[in-house]
Amino acid sequence: MPVYNEKVMDHFMNPRNVGEIENPDGVGEVGNPVCGDMMTFYIKVKDNRLQDVKFKTFGCGAAIAVSSMVSEMAKGKTLEEAKKITPKSVADELEGLPKQKFHCSNLGAQALNKAIEDYQSKKKVKGGKER
Amino acid sequence: MRKVYLDNAATTPLLPEVREAMMPYLDETFGNPSSLHEWGDGAREAIETARAQVAQLIEANDDEIIFTGSGTEANNLAIKGLALAQQAKGKHVVVSAIEHFSVLHSARTLEKWGFELSEVPVDKYGVVNPEDVRKSLRKDTVLVSVMHANGEVGTIEPVQEIAQITRESNVVFHTDAVATAGTIPVDVKELGVDAMSLAGNQFYGPKGVGALWVRKGIRIMPLLDGGIQESGRRAGTENVPAIAGLGKAAELAKTDMAGRIKQLTPLRDRLLKELPSKIEHVVVTGHPQHRLPGHVSFCVEFIEGESMLMLLNSQGIAVSSGSACTSRALKASHVLIAMGLSHEIAQGSILFTLGIDNIAEDIDYVLETMPPIVDRLRQMSPLYSKFTKASKGGK
Repeated sequence: MPVYNEKVMDHFMNPRNVGEIENPDGVGEVGNPVCGDMMTFYIKVKDNRLQDVKFKTFGCGAAIAVSSMVSEMAKGKTLEEAKKITPKSVADELEGLPKQKFHCSNLGAQALNKAIEDYQSKKKVKGGKER
Repeated sequence: MRKVYLDNAATTPLLPEVREAMMPYLDETFGNPSSLHEWGDGAREAIETARAQVAQLIEANDDEIIFTGSGTEANNLAIKGLALAQQAKGKHVVVSAIEHFSVLHSARTLEKWGFELSEVPVDKYGVVNPEDVRKSLRKDTVLVSVMHANGEVGTIEPVQEIAQITRESNVVFHTDAVATAGTIPVDVKELGVDAMSLAGNQFYGPKGVGALWVRKGIRIMPLLDGGIQESGRRAGTENVPAIAGLGKAAELAKTDMAGRIKQLTPLRDRLLKELPSKIEHVVVTGHPQHRLPGHVSFCVEFIEGESMLMLLNSQGIAVSSGSACTSRALKASHVLIAMGLSHEIAQGSILFTLGIDNIAEDIDYVLETMPPIVDRLRQMSPLYSKFTKASKGGK
C-alpha cells in the first residue's frame, strides 16, 4: 500500500462533496474499471460560476482524495478559473501524491473539465434554438 | 481499538520459540559455518539441525534440502536451475497460468534464453486440469511447475495427479509449496514431485529464508557461483539465525499442524459463509472446499480493493488485495484474470488470511466492520449508482 500523506488521508477518510446533483448543468465521466479508476463529476452553474460540484469515484485512495480536492478547489470558481485546475495543481494542493499514483488516479481535473465542456456545449445548442 | 491481523499470506508473525532458537546465532555463536574452529562448529551444527527439521516436515532426506534466501529464490533456483541442467535434452517448460511471479517470471526469463514456454490454464476456481498438463507435454519438455496451492485464492491443486503424468513421461516436476509447506501436510514421496520450494515466513518462521528440496539424482544448475556452501548448489555465507529459525518453525509446524488446522478451518468457513450473506454482490474467489485452512478471499463488486483495505486498516484490520491499484505494476491480479474474472470484478479483490493468533471474536469484528465500509464506498461509486439505476429501471 502506498504511503499517503496526511492531507491525502484526510480527503480519503472525509471526502468532500460526494454524491450526484439532480438535474445537473453538466456531467463529465473519465476512466474505466479496467485501468482501475473511474470518476464522474456533476456541476451546477450560476452566473458563469460553479455553484455546486459533486462527484462519484470508483478507485483507490488517491482517486477518492483527488476527486474530493478537485471539487473543493472548483466550487465557487468561474468556469474559466476552474478550467485552469490541472493534475499538477491538484497534486500540489494535496501536498504530493505517490509517484505511481500520479497518472492513473489523478483524473479529477479532467473529469471536471469534461463536465464544464458538457455544460458549454449544451448551452450552445440551447442558445441556437432560442434564436 | 481492536487490532486484527488477517494478512498471514504476506507473512506470519514469528513464534517466541522460534525467536529463542535464533538468538544464540545473533549472539555468542556468531561463527561462519565454513570455519574449522569452535565458533564455526556451532554455526554448522545449527544449519544441519535445521536441515533435518525441514526434511522431516516434508518427509525428505536431509541432504536433499538446499537453503535459500527466500521462497522466491527457491523458485528461481528450481525453474532456471532445473531447466538449464537439462538443456541438452530439451528446451520446453510448462507452468500454470496462476503461478507466483517468482515462477512465472523465471519461466519468462528462460524464454529469453531460448527456451519455449507453455502456460496451462485454470478453471473458474483456479484449478489446473491434469489432462491439460498431459496435453502440453512434448518430446523436448524438461520441466513442469505447478504450485501446490495458490496464495491469492487459496485453491489447492491436484499435484499428485499431475505428478503421475510427469512421471510416466519422465519429465521433472517442481511444485511451489510456499503456501502449503508447514500449513497442511506435505509429503514429497506421497505427492510424487521431484522438487519443491518452501518459505519460513509462511509458518511462523523468520522472513528472508526459504528452502528448495530436490530429489536425489535430479541435476540442478546453481544460480550463485562461489564457495561450496549447500554442497555447491547455493554459494554464499549462510544466514545462520534465519536458517535455525526456519528449522525450529518446521519442527513446531509438524507437531502442531493438526491442531492449527482444526482451529483455523471453522473460522475460515464462518467468514466465507457469513460475509456474502451480510453484503450483497460478493463473489468468493478460489475453490469453495479445496482451499487452504485459513484462507478467505472475495471480490466485492462495484468498489476497489485498496480503498477497502485502507478503511479496514483505519479500523485496525489488516488485509490485502489483488486489485490493480494495490499492485506496484498497477495491473489486476493475473490469477483472478486467469480464472476468467473481469477486470472490473478483480478490482474489488480482498483477501483475509487467518493465522494461529486469530480467535472467533476477530471474525465477529470483521463481520461487523466490513458491511458499513462497503456501503460507504458503494455510495461513492459511479458503477454502483449505474447498477442501482439500471436495476430500478428494469422493474
